[in-house]
Amino acid sequence: MENGTHATERSQKTYMLNMGPAHPAMHGVVRLILELEGERVASADCEIGYLHRAFEKHAEAETWNNVVPWTDRLNYVSPLINNVGYALAVEKLGGIVVPERGQHIRTIACEISRVTDHLTCVGASAMELGAFTVFLYMIKAREYLYQLIDQLTGARITTAFTRVGGVKADLPADFAAGFRGAAAKVREAVSESDQLLTKNRIFMDRMEGTGVCSKERALAYGITGPFLRASGVPYDVRRAHPHLVYDRLDFDIPVGRAGDNYDRYLCRMAEIEQSLRLVEQCLEKIPAGPHSLDPKEMKDAYEIQDLGKFGDTALLRKYAARVDQTLEGMGPAAAAATRAGDRAVTLPTKEQTYTNIEGLMNHFELVMWSWGIKIPAGETYSAVEGGNGELGFHAVSAGGDGPYRLRCRPPCLFIMAALPELLRGALIADIVPTFGSVNMIAGELDR
Amino acid sequence: MSLALDQAAWTAAKVVFAIFGFGLGIAGFLGWVERKQSAVMQDRIGANRASIFGFRALGLFHPIADAIKMLTKEDFVPRGADKTLHALAPMISLGAGLFCLAALPFGGTVTALGRAWDLQPIASPVGVPLVLAVLALGAHGIVMAGYASGSGYGLLGALRGAAQMVAYEVCLAASLAGVLFLYGTLDLQEAVLWQVRHGLWGIFVQPLAFLLFLTAGAAATKRAPFDLPEGESEIVGYHVEYSGMKFGMFLMTDFVESIVICGLVTALFLGGWSVPGLNLPGMGALGGLLMAASFSVKVLLLLFLLMQIRWTLPRFRFDQLLDLGWKNLLPLSLLNFLATIWGIYLWR
Repeated sequence: MENGTHATERSQKTYMLNMGPAHPAMHGVVRLILELEGERVASADCEIGYLHRAFEKHAEAETWNNVVPWTDRLNYVSPLINNVGYALAVEKLGGIVVPERGQHIRTIACEISRVTDHLTCVGASAMELGAFTVFLYMIKAREYLYQLIDQLTGARITTAFTRVGGVKADLPADFAAGFRGAAAKVREAVSESDQLLTKNRIFMDRMEGTGVCSKERALAYGITGPFLRASGVPYDVRRAHPHLVYDRLDFDIPVGRAGDNYDRYLCRMAEIEQSLRLVEQCLEKIPAGPHSLDPKEMKDAYEIQDLGKFGDTALLRKYAARVDQTLEGMGPAAAAATRAGDRAVTLPTKEQTYTNIEGLMNHFELVMWSWGIKIPAGETYSAVEGGNGELGFHAVSAGGDGPYRLRCRPPCLFIMAALPELLRGALIADIVPTFGSVNMIAGELDR
Repeated sequence: MSLALDQAAWTAAKVVFAIFGFGLGIAGFLGWVERKQSAVMQDRIGANRASIFGFRALGLFHPIADAIKMLTKEDFVPRGADKTLHALAPMISLGAGLFCLAALPFGGTVTALGRAWDLQPIASPVGVPLVLAVLALGAHGIVMAGYASGSGYGLLGALRGAAQMVAYEVCLAASLAGVLFLYGTLDLQEAVLWQVRHGLWGIFVQPLAFLLFLTAGAAATKRAPFDLPEGESEIVGYHVEYSGMKFGMFLMTDFVESIVICGLVTALFLGGWSVPGLNLPGMGALGGLLMAASFSVKVLLLLFLLMQIRWTLPRFRFDQLLDLGWKNLLPLSLLNFLATIWGIYLWR
């Protein structure tokens, strides 16, 4: 390709090609508008928004817990991480701390989901390069993990597993054994795929040096996750801003150098192993005890006072007042200092609900509009490490039943913003591995 | 019946068998093999639902079901398309492939019922160049299809097809130069007979040529990992605007062309119809049957190998594919040719 041709001459030599929204390589729905010189991409533009479902606006009309199922639909390849990310944001806002066991279960759920996410991404990229068999090996491995997720949550994709203050259910009885079996099969599939791809000349030629994103550009675009780490920045939310129990677990952060598709592939493959290790450690260390907060009807004294001031007397009888033992009173300042992890936010057990009137009433009140969980007014940003990078939720509460505003930071939006730059000057065939390594999930991109 | 008419009827019968029995039969069978073999490789069950009166026969009826589906589907032609070329393209592609089948040596000459029967449908003293030339004609169908579709993707597929054909047909011929020089003939039947006479298969004399020809052959027939003109996840391919039986013809062309390449490899490198240790031409009608069977089995084994490769390797990129053709395969083929000539010169 000759460079520096005159602009008018150039415009005659190029032609426009629409890639998507219905195109085999554009998983989900997204449209690339390509300007081509032969097979070379002169410029690319991407149009997003085909899967816009008004998630954020929708959340404003829901109660805090009712948003959880909608988060499943964000990154539908690793829905559990979305569930956890959202719950952590709400709990941060409400000053709620989940019991240890619940935190371990959430960590386990997140890491299993990360493995399914990476398996899908690597497998789909390989399939689009023509290595169809690898895709099926990976999907088979993912299936074992999906079965585990199914046992844990009752669903494969629409997990809706977390609640404000805990998780839906404890681990099933034989979960640890089930995981050991599944992990062995995943490791086998990963090593098989590794043998088929990593040193495969054709695969390396396709992946190496294509879609290169330098450290500086990646940071400038706000890219996170495996994409950023492959460019050589060891930023991982799990390490940088520890949440759940990550600060107590031992794991490595694989970092690439070149920032090309091959490094991203290697990063993801290495992260699968790290995630499996994390789950193993969690299963080893998981303490006994409740997985969610006890459904005590207890509120800080000042909150009950405030309710009374607003004439909300119906609620007054329902809650026991917790007073500060320092006798300084329980003002908001003191509350922040002594904020405990046992607010009444979780539903009573089914046994309680079905067999005694207190349980039944408690259950109904929690699920009824304007009677349920009320998060104190305020706003916060909380992030977890999603499959694609930093998955953040900015939650604003006006003290009501549900979010006043909920903003989701989808990790792949920022990578998609960088995509036109990555594709410029590449061949049409390079779009496939580059776009594959972006791991665009339309659900979280368009929300 | 006069001898001439008799001969014409026999030739016609052979051609019909080669095209419909061998060609389309194996092509349909390959559709099944492709599904089942990939299923075995990928830990799946594979297609097994088509049944006749409840008999599923391991999914063997799927090619028939496919054919019925394709024949009854809407034949869609896009608005911007050139209707004539659009219809003509798959016929050219498939026709060229099928013609090549008729030139393959399914067997030698056997004596039965008091006369000699030549089992090669179309015997030609220039069999090898003939097959290669007609096979190359098939690429015209691809270019026409892509151009006539009036679609950007189709056009890209057509351009890829044309460039790939040019690159690999050259390698195809160059890789054969050495072995043909050795056999001293361009006739496929003579090549087989040379191997029979010397009791030595071409693959042992010219192993490099075998590998080069098989690779270039897979590329020339657009089999994965060389399936760039139809790279389904990138540009969908030259046949993106085809449906129904026209699409089916392109599908079948792929199979038929692989059969032709495998047939050429069998004839030139694997001893053709011969079986080591058996004097088939002297065994009469039974010998004739064994010849055709031996030839078919060898072709099928090669086809299995090609499929194995197809389901294992990722796809090349376009520039890498052309680099491989022009910068690696072609120089190697020429070196192999020079080495062969030098060897023959010293040997004589």
